Amino acid sequence: MEQPVLADHPGRVGSRRPRARFGKALAPYLLSLPAGLWLLILFLIPLVVMLSLSLQTCNNATGACVMTWHWGEFWQQLSLYHGQFLNSFYYAGAATIIDLLISFPIAYWIAFYGGNKKNFFLLMLLVPFFVSFIIRTVVWQFILSDQGIILGGLKNAHLLPQSFHVLATGYAVVAGLAYNYLPFTALPLYVAIERIDRRILDAAYDLYATKRDAFLRIILPLTVPGLFAAFLLTFIPQLGDYVNQQVLGGTSNTMIGTVIQNAFLVNLDYAGGSALSAILLAIALIGIFAYSRLLGSRAIEDFL
Amino acid sequence: MTETHAASTAATYEQGDPGRASASGLPAIELAGVAKVFHSGSEVVTAVRAMDLQIVEGEFFSLLGPSGCGKTTTMRMIAGFEEPTSGTVYLHGRDVTGVPPNKRDVNMVFQSYALFPHMNVFDNVAFGLHRKGVAKDEIGRRVNEMLDIVGLTGRGQRRPRELSGGQQQRVALARALVNHPRALLLDEPLGALDLKLRQAMQVELKRIQREVGITFVYVTHDQNEALTMSDRIAVMNDGVIEHLASPREIYEHPATRFVAGFIGTSNVFNGTVARMAGDVAVLEMGASERILVPIGDRAVRAGDTLDVTVRPEKMDISTEQPSGDLCALRGTVTEVVYLGTSTNFSVTTSTGADIVVFQQNSATARDLADRGDSIWLSWQPQHSYPIG
Repeated sequence: MEQPVLADHPGRVGSRRPRARFGKALAPYLLSLPAGLWLLILFLIPLVVMLSLSLQTCNNATGACVMTWHWGEFWQQLSLYHGQFLNSFYYAGAATIIDLLISFPIAYWIAFYGGNKKNFFLLMLLVPFFVSFIIRTVVWQFILSDQGIILGGLKNAHLLPQSFHVLATGYAVVAGLAYNYLPFTALPLYVAIERIDRRILDAAYDLYATKRDAFLRIILPLTVPGLFAAFLLTFIPQLGDYVNQQVLGGTSNTMIGTVIQNAFLVNLDYAGGSALSAILLAIALIGIFAYSRLLGSRAIEDFL
Repeated sequence: MTETHAASTAATYEQGDPGRASASGLPAIELAGVAKVFHSGSEVVTAVRAMDLQIVEGEFFSLLGPSGCGKTTTMRMIAGFEEPTSGTVYLHGRDVTGVPPNKRDVNMVFQSYALFPHMNVFDNVAFGLHRKGVAKDEIGRRVNEMLDIVGLTGRGQRRPRELSGGQQQRVALARALVNHPRALLLDEPLGALDLKLRQAMQVELKRIQREVGITFVYVTHDQNEALTMSDRIAVMNDGVIEHLASPREIYEHPATRFVAGFIGTSNVFNGTVARMAGDVAVLEMGASERILVPIGDRAVRAGDTLDVTVRPEKMDISTEQPSGDLCALRGTVTEVVYLGTSTNFSVTTSTGADIVVFQQNSATARDLADRGDSIWLSWQPQHSYPIG
């Protein structure tokens, strides 16, 4: 009885299904095409170029480079600039810790006590960052300058010796880094804290938890993915930052970002600059991997 | 397991005994003149109005009402999450008004379970015991014992999100019960489960309550849940307890029109008392149509208007005028719905009231009426109940 029905639509059922299935199978790839192209052109190709440049030898006069597989470049750069690498890690590490310590109370307060003004407070947090990065940093130069509004006043009041200075020290660099990257720490933390179900806290209090118990055993563990994201978003860019060091630091506290920038733009040493960048990338990747194995990815898996 | 407990649960749910006293003679939970007012902006919302309530040690007590009736607020005041605007909360005779939740010897099962997502089942259940400083091996013993009781033996290492809704529910229950609280507060704990599971958990909850002997205070908007499990029910509306009694009493003799409408299906007639025959009021509704209402100790005289409620399953449908001392009304069938075990008739009476009648499809049942038929409704006078 069903035979005539099929005969009325010869081949239709047979041909439509596979095409629809084909389109369906292709859809995710088509949708990811823009992002894929973006990553290819702006990330993958420059990365490959940079890595290959680090193994080439360049003629300083003409700027022409030839691939020589010169692995020695890495050791040479590392032995020349390991001090600057260490500076970068110290300063970025210190600034990240400061950012986490400052951001956590802010994010916590906005998430728990912001009420219906949460978005307003978040905007207030971000408003200073509508101003250009360079200008903000230069303003810090004014603020921290030897006879500026803070130090000048304290010196005039004889609370500080005349020789006291902050600019051109590591402290100024750390202060600038901490200030400039604060939102990158505060926002992921805020998202993580905001997401904690208040009823879970009610349950903790119901089960005899003190405020301290609830914070240490519920809020803090549930914020770990946010802490991890905040750490990555703050520490990694700070590691390669050169603006803060150049504007607020001095010659004795050069960070690796400044060295790389000079290699590319001043010395035109593309191979050296590329090698330094590759080393920085490798160290950062190893660090992230170790960190995520330690507490990051497992915790993230548990909550997402 | 579920089936074996079903029969005993059905037997116990009618044993409501409001006068039962606790061992210590003090009620497990007492609210004295408790009121709660919320201010949101310029708006003032009274959630609970001057409530007096005594919950007896070891009973299964339900707060039943529609959303926004104040039942959850009442429970949160017992738990300590809300402080009453006025009035006093006593737990076993101790004034706990102003005492924070972590210092009250009651535990709560939350509507959404509120399990700690970063801890496994064992650690979730052990949380309260750790906070109380119970010794480690004692904790292990009590947690495993409680996991056995709720049927989660060997699931201690699972994470909450690896469990089904029903299992999460059991974890939440175990997490509260393991602390041996003086009372367990349950805030619509079965709301997120599907019907089958909900019915199974109702039986389970009743079994667990019998097993541990702890006072349960159960908040729900589901009348069936309340009727199935409770020793006593407080039906709340608009911040006030409208009726507090055993499930049977509440169903058979609802105190107010609201209770009659909220618990099950109910037919409400309004009429004028023609005369009194002893303590029975007679409402003449038409030619040989009448409703007889035993009025108990109410002061009712001829000429008064009276609201009368009759449950749909108490009524009979017949084609001939019923004889004897029965309540009788004439009507027209407007709809017949066959439901398997019973048939559901919609009837418009001669006075214009739309009512519902349930008839059991028993072995002797016959097709009583079709749509459009003129029929007689009749019922025993003791099933007429005055309200309002």
